[in-house]
Amino acid sequence: MAVCIAVIAKENYPLYIRSTPTENELKFHYMVHTSLDVVDEKISAMGKALVDQRELYLGLLYPTEDYKVYGYVTNSKVKFVMVVDSSNTALRDNEIRSMFRKLHNSYTDVMCNPFYNPGDRIQSSGSVSLSRAFDNMVTSMMIQVC
Amino acid sequence: MSPTQWDLPVELCCRPMAFVTLTGLDVVYNAVHRAVWDAFCANRRADRVPISFKVLPGDHEYPKCRPKRTSYEWYIPKGILKTGWMNKHLNLVPALVVVFYELDWDEPQWKEKQSECATRVEIVRQSLQGRNTKVAVVLIQKKTPLPPGEDVIASERAAALCNACELSGKSLFVLPHTDHLVGYIIRLENAFYEHAQTYYYTEIRRVKSHKEFLNKTTHQLLFVRHQFKIAFFSELKQDTQNALKNYRTAYNLVHELRAHETNILEIKTMAGFINYKICRLCFQHNTPLDAIAQFRKHIDLCKKKIGSAELSFEHAAWMSKQFQAFGDLFDEAIKLGLTAIQTQNPGFYYQQAAYYAQERKQLAKSLCNHEASVMYPNPDPLETQTGVLDFYGQRSWRQGILSFDLSDPEKEKVGVLAIQLKERNVAHSEVIITLLSNAVAQFKKYKCPRMKSHLMVQMGEEYYYAKDYTKALKLLDYVMCDYRSEGWWTLLTSILTTALKCSYLMAQLKDYITYSLELLGRASTLKDDQKSRIEKNLINVLMNESPDPEPDCDIFAVKTAQKLWADRISLAGSNIFTIGVQDFVPFVQCKAKFHAPSFHVDVPVEFDIYLKADCPHPIRFSKLCVSFNNQEYNQFCVIEEASKANEVLENLTQGKMCLVPGKTRKLLFKFVAKTEDVGKKIEITSVDLALGNETGRCVVLNWQGGGGDAASSQEALQAARSFKRRPKLPDNEVHWDSIIIQASTMIISRVPNISVHLRHEPPALTNEMYCLVVTVQSHEKTQIRDVKLTAGLKPGQDANLTQKTHVTLHGTELCDESYPALLTDIPVGDLHPGEQLEKMLYVRCGTVGSRMFLVYVSYLINTTAEEKEIVCKCHKDETVTIETVFPFDVAVKFVSTKFEHLERVYADIPFLLMTDLLSASPWALTIVSSELQLAPSMTTVDQLESQVDNVVLQTGESASECFCLRCPSLGNVEGGVATGHYIISWKRTSAMENIPVIRTVITLPHVIVENIPLHVNADLPSFGRVRESLPVKYHLQNKTDFVQDVEISVEPSDAFMFSGLKQIRLRILPGTEQEMLYNFYPLMAGYQQLPSLNINLLRFPNFTNQLLRRFIPTSIFVKPQGRLMDDTSIAAA
Repeated sequence: MAVCIAVIAKENYPLYIRSTPTENELKFHYMVHTSLDVVDEKISAMGKALVDQRELYLGLLYPTEDYKVYGYVTNSKVKFVMVVDSSNTALRDNEIRSMFRKLHNSYTDVMCNPFYNPGDRIQSSGSVSLSRAFDNMVTSMMIQVC
Repeated sequence: MSPTQWDLPVELCCRPMAFVTLTGLDVVYNAVHRAVWDAFCANRRADRVPISFKVLPGDHEYPKCRPKRTSYEWYIPKGILKTGWMNKHLNLVPALVVVFYELDWDEPQWKEKQSECATRVEIVRQSLQGRNTKVAVVLIQKKTPLPPGEDVIASERAAALCNACELSGKSLFVLPHTDHLVGYIIRLENAFYEHAQTYYYTEIRRVKSHKEFLNKTTHQLLFVRHQFKIAFFSELKQDTQNALKNYRTAYNLVHELRAHETNILEIKTMAGFINYKICRLCFQHNTPLDAIAQFRKHIDLCKKKIGSAELSFEHAAWMSKQFQAFGDLFDEAIKLGLTAIQTQNPGFYYQQAAYYAQERKQLAKSLCNHEASVMYPNPDPLETQTGVLDFYGQRSWRQGILSFDLSDPEKEKVGVLAIQLKERNVAHSEVIITLLSNAVAQFKKYKCPRMKSHLMVQMGEEYYYAKDYTKALKLLDYVMCDYRSEGWWTLLTSILTTALKCSYLMAQLKDYITYSLELLGRASTLKDDQKSRIEKNLINVLMNESPDPEPDCDIFAVKTAQKLWADRISLAGSNIFTIGVQDFVPFVQCKAKFHAPSFHVDVPVEFDIYLKADCPHPIRFSKLCVSFNNQEYNQFCVIEEASKANEVLENLTQGKMCLVPGKTRKLLFKFVAKTEDVGKKIEITSVDLALGNETGRCVVLNWQGGGGDAASSQEALQAARSFKRRPKLPDNEVHWDSIIIQASTMIISRVPNISVHLRHEPPALTNEMYCLVVTVQSHEKTQIRDVKLTAGLKPGQDANLTQKTHVTLHGTELCDESYPALLTDIPVGDLHPGEQLEKMLYVRCGTVGSRMFLVYVSYLINTTAEEKEIVCKCHKDETVTIETVFPFDVAVKFVSTKFEHLERVYADIPFLLMTDLLSASPWALTIVSSELQLAPSMTTVDQLESQVDNVVLQTGESASECFCLRCPSLGNVEGGVATGHYIISWKRTSAMENIPVIRTVITLPHVIVENIPLHVNADLPSFGRVRESLPVKYHLQNKTDFVQDVEISVEPSDAFMFSGLKQIRLRILPGTEQEMLYNFYPLMAGYQQLPSLNINLLRFPNFTNQLLRRFIPTSIFVKPQGRLMDDTSIAAA
């Protein structure tokens, strides 16, 4: 169960951020934002590797006392960041990986929507049905234990 | 900051070193002793053994050793570790006491001295009673000792002294006070170090020996204590591996202790100490991962051990300290060469320490909110008799009580209250800020700019809580742009909200306005009611009134702020604030757009300023002015509010000075460009929008260029990418996103209303004066003035063309090299409407090929634009490409007098020069005359008259001439002999009389001249008649300087009979001529072959009949025999 899921544009502005409503939203925003430091560093280190050998999953970005922050970057440099409660030991690397893959697929669906303009924020309140599908997917990830 | 309760004790944090005391040294009055002491303690480098020395008097009282316990059976420990223990072994109980004594081996009063020394040793032994501390004696001697074994007295006396002092030989040292003092000292201290190690070894053994008496039920605390002591002694012994091992055991033992609310602080304190030691040693052993793992384990074990809920802030404080201490250790290790990485650096620990410090503050705030009337308890329960605690981590009011039940609940309550009241005085913010700034410094080092910004925001917020608004604002302002540039609006809004509070509380007008502007803008994620409130406040501020206080501010601070705002109102002074918007996202957006990328100078330049407000309520602006790169236009582009303040409310929404939220307001501006600006770019350099008026306060929003702020470029990019259809709007409205800023336009000249026409007959012929007729006709309504013509080769072509092209207005004379390729600004006067003028232009092209010619006509005309008289300069240009060709081809050939082709000519023998002139021009050419200019080596045989004078050649026609020439013998000339020049004077047949004739000079080819030994020519009539005698005379000329033998024979022919010498051999003298006469008698009519003449030169075997036949005819036409009467009939005819 993730406590926060974010999609970040290539230019590092947020396209989508959802966090558990029970906690301070701002805290997660800051957490996601600061994790971009590590993402940037990992991407620039990865730049030297061959493109087709590139692993999209970045792994654990950095641990805090209470949370673990994981990262994933698509080939078009859109980043996914997921914050998981540190106490949640059910989520192993493999589970996180598959959650990211699901998120990526769902995001690809959003991108394929001709009514979605790449680079626009994915509005959770938007009338477009596809962003609602994305939203539902994120909701399911935040509730269920993967 | 003075050390607080939570700081780790100094004796824990230092590196333990063996403690050795030196006695018998008088370092104040004795120079020798002073030097010895200095050598021990001054400039100790890392390569010296780790000993801490102290000089003490010989009769110093060392801490008393408690009597040895024979049994632990009834002993119940009162705590884990005494607070004084570490210090005692670091600084009070020595491992070795050294007695210095001045005594030479040849001391005359040896006996007395020996016993004095023994007494001193005895005194030291007395005060060390019960301890295992070693004693050593050092004799300070004036003389250099002899090598061992050679000084018999010395060894005798040494043995005696050892005996007297009850010392082993290993504990007696001699220190000669000579040049090599430091060397001796180093040897001495190495020996001391060995003694010290032995001492600590025995201490470890001693502590270990206690173990067997302990039992697990009552002596749990002792297990920890002893383990800790063993580890600590190991450290003193510099055996860090064993120290680490023992600390680890001790750490595990601490957590095995039965924990209860009453002793949890003691357990945590000791766990913290031991953890610190372990981490420190791990870093020292260069195993940082072990250190980190240990620390994580420590935190995980202790995180939940909060203890008393009433004092939970203590737990937060302790946690904070743990992280801070680990951060310090980590940082220290890095300074000693460890490399940290982005995701594992001390910053994270400082950050976590700061979080716990914040938590401590929160807890303290909720737990220590006692009424002001609650007094600090008297007597102070936190006071102890000695001023310090006996054991680490115990409560002062129940020291040494191990029971888990509170024996005196009342006392406990008072103690808690005292701690809570003390906590109130702690400067929490200061602690937090220090930790945060430590973390910032670390993250800066490890490439975490965003983490750094985040921490700076927290620092700013902490300063805000600490009421240091200036510093808060400075920090927040510094990081704002990072969040803005990355488009994290939620975070930016939160920061701005805090910043707005700060600026309100300080009554900083400009900051307050700036933050308000942005919080009302589209980047702000505030709710509409918040925005309304801020807008209302902003309008108030602009009206020179005080704004309402920001929510959630400290009441006292608000009171102060209100006073400050009141002062601001009364304060006269500059109330105009100019705010550059390019660095933030204000609530008014602006875009400037010229209607066209270029404007003709005679039409007014028009552009629109689009404004859009994002605030919840309509807002008026008082002035809008636009600035240009040419400031003269600024005055035309100003809108100012004429209305007075009381009208403000009336036409709030109608007036064009009012911005309705969400609606795009378009303002049209128009001005006439200056004629000097033709060809220049007019650029909008800035747009200024004034809110409020000068009587109250006025804010000028300044957009650089044609509008746009910190967020607009990204928005424009997104809008450009989008192919969403926008809903239809009424005609006079536009979609904001569809407006593209166009901040500059070009001023171009007025459209000319004349026609320029070129008339000519292409192609041009090489070197002719090619005539180009330019016709300019005015279609303007008024007279045009100052018409100027620029014509010629268009610049920018091949440079060689410029050299070979010449232009003139005068066709009557040929141009030469001095004429230019382009004639500029030829004045041709004025033109009335409809009038036309013609100008002839002559171009001479020296080479073939195509050229571009430019004809450029400029003129001035008076016209009006927007009821303004302006003089416009107009121009029109025409270009034409003209091909240049050769007018004719000249072919020259040499032939013999028999019109046979000659490859070479023979000296002195006439030949013919034939010229063939083939017209290549599409137009008729008139050959005015031709002329042959012979080279000196050539002579003419007859008159050189032109045969083609005034011949007109149409295309493809040719004109030929023929000249008979002779070349005198010149000897052998390499490459042939120059023939001369052929000059053709010509012009176009269509050209006018006064057009000059062009002379084309053709250099004739060289010819190879060859000498021949014998020249033969024949005299014979042009025809013969059957049966009529035909006399033929051959002339044989000797062209050599020799006498020549010639054999001549005549071959008979069927067509002729002949008389004369048939075969002869004769001699011809040099330069003379021999004649041979024959009479031929033709027998047949027709073209008949003559009897051939064969000549054989004995001297020149090369001279063949083949050659001979070039000169003499081989056949002749024979007419049939006519009747006699024929002659008469012919004569009659």
